[in-house]
Amino acid sequence: MTSVRTLLEKPWIWSFVGAVVVWLATIGFTGGYGAGGMVTAALSLAVFTVIVGVGQMFVITLGPGNVDLSLPANIGLASAVAMKVMGGSDAMILVGLLAALACGAAIGGINYLLIWALRIPPIIATLSASFIIQSIDISYGRGLQIKPPPGFADFTNWQVLGIPVLAMLTVIFTIGAALALQRMIYGRSVLAIGQNIRAAWLAGVHVGRIRFLTYTLCGALGGIDGALLAGYFRGANVDIGNEYLLASIAVVVIGGTSVAGGKANVPGVWGAGLFLVLLLTMLNTFGVSAGVRLVLTGLIIVGVITAAGGEKAVR
Amino acid sequence: MRPEMTAIAPGTLPKASPRGSAARARMLRGLLPALSLALVLIAIAWLNPRAISYFGFNLMLNLAIPIALATIAQMFVIAGNELDLSIGTFVGFVGCVTATWLRDAPLIGILVLIGSIGVYALLGALIHLRNLPSIVVTLGMSFVWQGLAILILPKPGGKAPDWLLSIMSFKPPYVPFPILAALLIAAVVHFGLMRTSYGVILRGSGGNAAALRRAGWSLLKTKIVLFALTGLFGVLSGMALIGITTSADANIGNGYTLLSIAGVILGGGEFVGGRVSPIGAVIGALTLALAASPLLTFMHIPPDWQVAANGAILIIVLAARVLISRRER
Repeated sequence: MTSVRTLLEKPWIWSFVGAVVVWLATIGFTGGYGAGGMVTAALSLAVFTVIVGVGQMFVITLGPGNVDLSLPANIGLASAVAMKVMGGSDAMILVGLLAALACGAAIGGINYLLIWALRIPPIIATLSASFIIQSIDISYGRGLQIKPPPGFADFTNWQVLGIPVLAMLTVIFTIGAALALQRMIYGRSVLAIGQNIRAAWLAGVHVGRIRFLTYTLCGALGGIDGALLAGYFRGANVDIGNEYLLASIAVVVIGGTSVAGGKANVPGVWGAGLFLVLLLTMLNTFGVSAGVRLVLTGLIIVGVITAAGGEKAVR
Repeated sequence: MRPEMTAIAPGTLPKASPRGSAARARMLRGLLPALSLALVLIAIAWLNPRAISYFGFNLMLNLAIPIALATIAQMFVIAGNELDLSIGTFVGFVGCVTATWLRDAPLIGILVLIGSIGVYALLGALIHLRNLPSIVVTLGMSFVWQGLAILILPKPGGKAPDWLLSIMSFKPPYVPFPILAALLIAAVVHFGLMRTSYGVILRGSGGNAAALRRAGWSLLKTKIVLFALTGLFGVLSGMALIGITTSADANIGNGYTLLSIAGVILGGGEFVGGRVSPIGAVIGALTLALAASPLLTFMHIPPDWQVAANGAILIIVLAARVLISRRER
């Protein structure tokens, strides 16, 4: 009994409960048909939300006001860069991935440079940056649909026993992220800054360096996500990252990370990512119209966050 | 820095100050929104002198009224340390109601719009009672408003009510209507939020909530009022927008979320501490409306790079603000 209770006290449990409920509701509707396929599809789509979600989580954990709004533009540009560098040739896959990673990291670094040098709120800094990145992407990509090399497209769609390989790799990555957060000086510093930036500074945390690293990390994850998305959907385009602005913030918060900062939760990002994808699948299965689907998605997000509740007020 | 010292509107700064240079810097900071607007106007006048005329302003500031109203809406939630990420889709929803029900069945239309303000008030109560992050709640609501807008108006269309069209095409003598409207909006909100005692309480809920609670004020009520005001100005923004565009589209307001946040910050507002300025917010909205397309068109910036130029203008104005505030310290 005690183990059940401790499990229920975990802030991330609700996102998984939500995902399972939605999954059960859907297979109940179809009479069990496609239950496994639905999980496979959910895993392969959730991967992309989880990767940027983890980046966004580190940024949000830095404290109130920290958020990266440039992720969609970043994903769009990195997808174009990756596909152009790969140029449809299997030999260039690794180089292309590195290029996307570097492109994303550079964007993240510039974001922090704006925040630090101009002392503007991160929301506005990353928003302004995203306008500029979007323009670069439009003029660089020129609206062309650039195809990924066949080897890369196959890799991003590769499944073993119904489990996408990309999802397995992402699980390993998220375990690494959880360890970095809880067991490494870097992660502990991020949490300390989020709890009280002044206290962290007085305690000797390199506040500037850690924040720079965090924005760069988030940018780099956006970059790699862009490359993988272009592989999975077999082509890069300017709008490929658009839905990941809301999704990346939503998975972080539904997953139990505090928007006030200083409290992060890695498993919750997975739960919330699966929940969102399954929710969409469920509403599609029910055959509701686009309008009803949006209304229900919104109401469910508000409902989940209300049920999970905010933290008790400090003081 | 105490909120009551800094939450003062531009132009009404304290005269006596222990340090003259700090007071000057603070005044400069208060004037910065106006300065950036002047700068954009000078640039336009230099690039195309003919634009600085009655008809030029009418054309260039065409969409400034709904942007200014949306910015004021956003300013109210920011005054309470919250953020509304749904204002853009809400404006779109109001637009769809305005172009359909408000014309065909005015009574239902009015009830729906009042009801939507009620929903905003309820959201304020929910956010306060359950201590929820407003970013997420309004993020969820942005889906709801967008979905409702699509349900009301699946395809772009509809038509604005005639009375609304005639209001928005009003041509007063000498002063272009958008400028007149902006002055009116700024004056009304400035008086309400900066010059009334309950306005001070509303800003205080963002400045020091604990102190207000101990003084016996209901924080639940301030939050409800702030959110209801956001809803009210969101409704006005959506109606004004449809009065100008004459027909609606479910996605018509989507850009307003980010525009309104940028407008508040450009106007000298801060995300926390109840430090907002209605006059600054309106000026910020006008600057954005002018910088968005007229300026860029006159500068012959290719369409590919217009979005980037928008971002660059935001960065430049904010950089100027930092240079000035650094002297303030």
